[in-house]
Amino acid sequence: MSAKMIEIRWHGRGGQGAKTAALLFAETVMATGMYIQAFPEYGPERMGAPVQSFNRISEDPIVIHSGIKNPNYVVILDSSLMESVPITDGIDKTGKVIVNTSLSTSEIAERLDIDTSQIYVVNASKIALETIGKDIPNTPMLGALLKVIGTLDINGVLKDINFKLMAKFRHKPGIVEGNLASIKMAFDKVKN
Amino acid sequence: MIKTVYSKGNLVAKTGNEIIAEALRQIEPDVMAAYPITPATEIVQIFSQFVADGIVKSEYVAVESEHSAISATIAASAAGARAITSTSSQGLCLMWEMLYIASGLRLPIILAEVNRAISAPININADHSDTMGARDSGWIQIYSENSQEAYDNMIQIIRIAEEAKLPALVAMDGFITSHCMEVVEIYPDADVKAFVGEYKPERYLLDVRRPYTLGSIDLQDYYFEHRYQLAQAMRDARDIVLDVAEEFKKTFGREYSFYEKYMLDDAEVAIVIIGSTAGNVKAVVKELREKGIKAGLLKIRVYRPFPTEQIAKDLAHVKAIAVMDRSDSCSGAFPPVYSDVVASLYSSGILNPKILSYVYGIGGREFCGEQIVNVYETLGKVASGLEKPSNRIEYINIRIE
Repeated sequence: MSAKMIEIRWHGRGGQGAKTAALLFAETVMATGMYIQAFPEYGPERMGAPVQSFNRISEDPIVIHSGIKNPNYVVILDSSLMESVPITDGIDKTGKVIVNTSLSTSEIAERLDIDTSQIYVVNASKIALETIGKDIPNTPMLGALLKVIGTLDINGVLKDINFKLMAKFRHKPGIVEGNLASIKMAFDKVKN
Repeated sequence: MIKTVYSKGNLVAKTGNEIIAEALRQIEPDVMAAYPITPATEIVQIFSQFVADGIVKSEYVAVESEHSAISATIAASAAGARAITSTSSQGLCLMWEMLYIASGLRLPIILAEVNRAISAPININADHSDTMGARDSGWIQIYSENSQEAYDNMIQIIRIAEEAKLPALVAMDGFITSHCMEVVEIYPDADVKAFVGEYKPERYLLDVRRPYTLGSIDLQDYYFEHRYQLAQAMRDARDIVLDVAEEFKKTFGREYSFYEKYMLDDAEVAIVIIGSTAGNVKAVVKELREKGIKAGLLKIRVYRPFPTEQIAKDLAHVKAIAVMDRSDSCSGAFPPVYSDVVASLYSSGILNPKILSYVYGIGGREFCGEQIVNVYETLGKVASGLEKPSNRIEYINIRIE
C-alpha cells in the first residue's frame, strides 16, 4: 500500500447496505477527482449474515486487486457485530474505527480493547430514523466516515450524491432530502 | 486529479460487469442470447434491461440453458446477425460442443466471459479453469487486467472476430474485476459505434439471392483442409489483433498489443501472468526496482492466438522466468500457459532462460504482496545459479502435507 492510499473496510449485515455504501462512497469520491475501488467480500450473501465491503482511495491509479487486510478505517453499521466478528483485525495504532452506536467512545474502546483515540461513534440508526424514516444506517455512516477521514471534499460529495439520488429517485424527492440530511447530520454529530 | 486519455472520454465509476454491459449497449449487437450465471449475471441482467427499456434495438433471447444460449447465438450469427452471449464457469462448460461448432462454422460470435472456477467442489470465485479448458476450441481469447481493459477489449474484439471470421471471448476475473467498482474512461456512443462499424458478413443464410450450405458433412476428402484453415485463421488473427489495436490507439489513445511488458526490457527475473493479478505483481515489481532488483512482468492479454515468436523474443534475455497459471491441467504434465511459453521459447531456439511453473489462485485464493516477492526471490536465486530450478509445478499458498 502506498503512503497516499486510503483503505476502508465496512462491516454490516446482509441487507443493511454495506455494499451499497461502499459503492456510493467510491462513486462520490471519484467525483472529487480521486481514483477509487469499491468491492464486496467475494462470495454468496445472505440476509442478516455478517458481510464486509471495501474501498480504496488514491490520488494515483490503483493497480492492486487484492483484499484489504490492513484498513486505515473500519466502519461498523451494526454494533452487534462487535460480539461476533473480529472487526479490529489488521488495524494498526493509527487505524480508526467508526461505530453506529448509542454508546460512548470509552465504552466501545473497552469492548474492542483498543485505544479510545481510535474510536469514533455516531448514532446513525437514530439519525436514519429521524431523516429517512427507516433504520438504514449506511448513508449517515458515509457522512461520519467523510468527517473522520477529514481530507475529502464534503460539499463535492454531497453535490454528487444529490445528483445520483435525484437520478434514481426522481419520483420520490423526499428520499433524496432525507438521505442528504442524514449524511450532513452524521458528519456533524460523529465524535471521538 | 484524474484525466481522460481520449479528448471526448468520460470518467465513470463502474464494476466490470456494468462496464461490459455498457460496452454492449454501445455496440448494440443484433442479437444477444444468454442464460445468467454468477458472477456474470449482471451483464445479462443489465443488458436485457436495456432491451426491455428500448435503449437498444437488439433482440434479446431468453433461453433455458447455456447450451441453448450458444446455439441461439450460432443460429443468429449464421443468419447474418452480429450475435453476442455471456457466461462463466459451468455455463461455458455446458456450451462445450457448440463452442467447436461456432469456430468450425467460422462464425464471429462474441462471448463476454467472467472467469470462475469449475465444479466440483462448487466454487464461484475467480480462476481461469473455465476458459483454459476451451483454449483449443478455435476461439480467440483476450483477457483483461481491470475494467478499463475489459471495456477496451470488448470494443476491439468485435472487429477482430469479424475480420478473422472466428468466434472470440473477452475474459475478466470473477468478482475481483466483475464486482469491483473502479474508474473507467468510456467513449461517446457514436465514436464506439463508428469504431466497431457495421457487420457485413461475406455469406449468410438469410441471403436468399446467394443461398449456401453451412455445416454439411465433411469426411476424409476435405475435413482435414477445413480444420487446417481454422488453425491457420487463428495464426493469421495475430496480425488482425495488432491492426485493430493500432487503430484503437489512433482513435482512443490507449495502447494494446498481444501482451503488456512492464519493466521487462532490462529484466533479469520476470513473471508471466494473465488477468487481474498482474496489477498485484506490478506493485511488487515497482518496489523491487526501487531496491535495485531487475524484476519485470509480462502480462498476457491475447492468449488465443498465442503470440509464440514475439513472446520468445521478448523473454529471450530474461535469466529466470516464473509462468503463473491460474488453472491446473490435471494432466501429469504442465499447466497451459507454462506449456505454451516453454514451447514458444524452445521452438524459437531460445534455451537460456530457466522457466519455472507455478499454479496460483485456484478457486479465488489470493496471490499478492509477500507471496509475489517470494517468487521473485526464488527467481533471483535461480538466475544467479544459487538454486536449481524446480522441474515440477510449484503450488502457491496451498496447505499440503
